[in-house]
Amino acid sequence: MPEAVPDTSVEARRGRRWRRLPPEVSILMVLVGLALSFELLGWIFVKQSFLFNEQRLIVMILQVSVIGIIAVGVTQVIIAGGIDLSSGSVVALTAMVAASLAQSSDAVRPVYPTLTDLPVVVPVAAGLAVGALAGLVNGALIARTSIPPFIATLGVMVSARGVARWYTRGQPVSMLTDSFAAIGSAAVPVLIFLGTALLFHLALRYTRYGKFTYAIGANPQAARVSGIRVGPHLVLVYTIAGTLSGLAGVVTAARAVSGQAGMGMMYELDAIAAAVIGGASLSGGIGRITGTVIGTLILGVVTSGFTFLRIDAYYQEIVKGAIIVAAVIADQYRQRSRARAA
Amino acid sequence: MGSDPSAAADGCLLEVINVSKAFPGVMALENVSLRLKCGTVHAVVGENGAGKSTLMNIIAGLHAPDRGELRLRGRPLRLRSPREALESGIAMIHQELNLMPSMSVAENIWIGREPVNACGVISHRELHRRTRQLLGSLSIDIDPQAPLRSLSIAYRQMVEIAKAISYDSQLLIMDEPTSALTERDAERLFAIILGLKAQGKGILYISHRIEELFSVADEISVLRDGRHVGTDTPANLTRERIIRMMVGRELAQIVPAAPARAGAVRLAVRELTLEPHFRDVSFELHAGEILGIAGLVGSGRSKLAEALFGVSPAGSGRILIEGSEVRIGSPAAAIGRGLAFLTEDRRESGCFLTLSVLENLAVAVLGRDFVRLGFVRGRALTRACEAMSRLLAVRTPDQHERIENLSGGNQQKVLIGRWLLTSPRTLILDEPTRGIDVGAKAEIYQLIARLVERGAAVLMISSELPEILAMSHRIMVMHEGRITGILPRAQADQVRIMNLAAQ
Repeated sequence: MPEAVPDTSVEARRGRRWRRLPPEVSILMVLVGLALSFELLGWIFVKQSFLFNEQRLIVMILQVSVIGIIAVGVTQVIIAGGIDLSSGSVVALTAMVAASLAQSSDAVRPVYPTLTDLPVVVPVAAGLAVGALAGLVNGALIARTSIPPFIATLGVMVSARGVARWYTRGQPVSMLTDSFAAIGSAAVPVLIFLGTALLFHLALRYTRYGKFTYAIGANPQAARVSGIRVGPHLVLVYTIAGTLSGLAGVVTAARAVSGQAGMGMMYELDAIAAAVIGGASLSGGIGRITGTVIGTLILGVVTSGFTFLRIDAYYQEIVKGAIIVAAVIADQYRQRSRARAA
Repeated sequence: MGSDPSAAADGCLLEVINVSKAFPGVMALENVSLRLKCGTVHAVVGENGAGKSTLMNIIAGLHAPDRGELRLRGRPLRLRSPREALESGIAMIHQELNLMPSMSVAENIWIGREPVNACGVISHRELHRRTRQLLGSLSIDIDPQAPLRSLSIAYRQMVEIAKAISYDSQLLIMDEPTSALTERDAERLFAIILGLKAQGKGILYISHRIEELFSVADEISVLRDGRHVGTDTPANLTRERIIRMMVGRELAQIVPAAPARAGAVRLAVRELTLEPHFRDVSFELHAGEILGIAGLVGSGRSKLAEALFGVSPAGSGRILIEGSEVRIGSPAAAIGRGLAFLTEDRRESGCFLTLSVLENLAVAVLGRDFVRLGFVRGRALTRACEAMSRLLAVRTPDQHERIENLSGGNQQKVLIGRWLLTSPRTLILDEPTRGIDVGAKAEIYQLIARLVERGAAVLMISSELPEILAMSHRIMVMHEGRITGILPRAQADQVRIMNLAAQ
């Protein structure tokens, strides 16, 4: 490796300044580019503005805010060098549990006939707790045994969906209280998403928790030698991710004003995609919440843009897949040119 | 087994002529020449880092030489890949065997070259017939259908040799073939080597076990610091002469530690055992002292360091720090006791390659300091890290540069800085100067000397004897998991240490 002596030539300084730009800039440009293309196509094909429509923008973010909440947790798992496939199933399970405790007294067939019209804090707390528990199981499996995170969370993914179905023997839960439904109404999910993102953005950047999460993902062996208790820390990271899936489940139930065992299908993959588009590296040690938020918005723009242009959902999925792969290729290319420049 | 060079004097198989190879910061080989005759074993010996592996990698086509040339049977040989080497009849048998445990012996040998019938389906009968024939010609008694994982290391190695021969190789490179073998298995390997010699093959043989060279080699070449020191027949050499040829150098750049007066006992180890790596290890380390640990690779030195630091806790025995017995079950516990551990492998267990210099410096101290209510005190931490990196003269554009973009020496300084931030009282340094250039080495020696002057106790593992001799107050030598001697500096010299390390 060449000696890294400070190089003061103009070109090197410009190169360094370019590399010093936050890594989100490139992905932000992709977001802006996509939005502008839809704007342009909108004027050509449907004679409407895509962006200057407050309603559409809110709906757009609203649609992806549940994915966004999950992605905030999944990003932390990915930074720590892991993966969480269980999020979608945990959304279903926690939506069921929360809904069952949020039924109003005029429900026809309440799950718990004696427990209706409870204060809103009860179903929310129950949803979060069940999510945390699922995350705890993930974390404990990964930290205590040597099975890879992919397998551990795959197991929990399958089981949690089963528990969600078993919970009401497959019956949906409906007729929820107004105070619970309020969590999912208007822009509340968007605020929850952005609040969660801000909280964990700060946690990752400014707390010991964050520093240790990056360190474990970058090199678990070196982390252990440096005195980090890797196992307990991983349990914490997965528990946080589970809790956020639980929160996403609560929001999902509130938005739909019901709980169904089929909720959250494939959400885990969308969340992973959002994190990866946002620059998180599946080899661990790299990723940021800001990138994930932008990644989530990109997914939202694509979905909403295609609907706006009245293009079939099939094409939407094809393009989404291509964007995920393109984002990772672009990121690798950037990393490599960065290493070369140094 | 006697050597009979006269019978093999008929032809020269491989000539290495004035080959040089530089890697960034190191001259790995300088004007090395070598001749291998058909039907002979030519042993190449030298300390770690003497250039043996580089030379073998050049002959096997992994690296291209910067200067000089290779000749095979008198014809110039230009290799661009291991594949081309194999096609020219040169095969390397690696220290780490490249075989697939779940497949059979026959499948392993012929992988990619399986005999197929007219429909493109592998003919297992033909495969097994060929394998039996091949193994028979080498007098190796293995069932071609046995899955590889059912075989011992020794037999796997024989499969690897058979595979090499199956390419019709004329030249075999064996890189420490006996390092994992028992004496009886080694004898069996020597018998196979004898058979290969009779078939007229030439063998380049690398080994740390000097004794066995006298029974297996026809010629011995010694490399030191990338240079060819000499070649002779075993009859004209003795074990002592070979060792002297291997180590006979002075490292002028070394700054010896100030001969500080050793203080109180900082660390006492009593009958520490971790099977199968080391047993009954007892010693004391004083404040203001550097205790060097010498020994060959696999002598248990690094495992001992890992046990002391709780990376792989010892099975039995006692560790006393400043007089009181402690249980060290994890690195976190060790750090709490004022220990620090610079690991042997910078990339594997040291650096967080994707993180910045600052984050790499800060990671160990964050467990104890610079954190209030979970929040990192960013400004104070940055100041401390900047001061540390100035103190150690880390050459980096700035603190936010990724550590992977720094040179090896600067990475090592960052890792040392990581531990100095925790203000340790006892440092365990495993190969602190491995793979870094001479300038950075000298800086690290000075740094260690300064620490010891201020009362730190240092346990330093190193494979470089001159380094151990110049730096240590006492030298502890290990061999196969046991301490074979603790020498005061005044009584230690390289020949003595090598004798203890390779009994």
